[in-house]
Amino acid sequence: MLSPDLVGRTFKGADTTTVSAEAISKFAAVVGENNLAVAPPTFAISITLDQSQKLLQDSGLDWTRVVHGDQKFEIKRPIIAGDKLVCSSTIESARVMAGNEIVTVRSDLHSGAELIVSTWSTLVVRA
Amino acid sequence: MSNLQVGQELAPKTFLINRALLVSYANASGDQNPIHQNEEFAKSVGLPDVIAHGMLTMALAGKYLSEINGSEAVTEFSARFTKPVVVPVNTDVALIISGKVAEISDGFAKVELTALCNDVKVLGMAKGVIKL
Repeated sequence: MLSPDLVGRTFKGADTTTVSAEAISKFAAVVGENNLAVAPPTFAISITLDQSQKLLQDSGLDWTRVVHGDQKFEIKRPIIAGDKLVCSSTIESARVMAGNEIVTVRSDLHSGAELIVSTWSTLVVRA
Repeated sequence: MSNLQVGQELAPKTFLINRALLVSYANASGDQNPIHQNEEFAKSVGLPDVIAHGMLTMALAGKYLSEINGSEAVTEFSARFTKPVVVPVNTDVALIISGKVAEISDGFAKVELTALCNDVKVLGMAKGVIKL
């Protein structure tokens, strides 16, 4: 169970992810995208999934029981090869519904001071 | 592409999902959850079979959005994962994505998406915003 005082807190990552052309082309190949100049729209998840799990590992969120409920992206500009991105994650809300805990995690990817992509994941933690 | 009209239905596109694609997506995304690759494990946690990553289905719907005006034109994209896409061994599962232009304003178009597998909607409230 998530500690309620964590809601609204932002955990900023220490890691910088440098986006490689190879990572973009691997992701693009899966969806059949030939344009490799920019990353496909959902590419950010390949960084934020791992980063948000690391950032929130001590939050009490049980990742082994998590089912992905919904996902949203706001893309300020497309991610490109060479971007050096730092992730910060915030538990925006947590509530219990029918015994399951519903947690919304926002993860932002910044390049320096510039916000590149914001993602929101709603996670259903099965009881 | 500025010739989109509100209410316009966009041509459907079929994507094929198989076990090999799940492995490729796992490697590209870093999501190595065994429910997407290991049949025995998937069944042990109560699933009918291996299921596709919800984010793979969403990535393919993202490709559909990208085809409207390029990947760089997609500024917002959201979806709910309503039903799992079950991927049996040696099977190509057809994911059919279609879209409808819901709104156009200030140089942006909102496109509502439908994602069907075996006539079942696998994404809910799926929509994207495209810069025109």
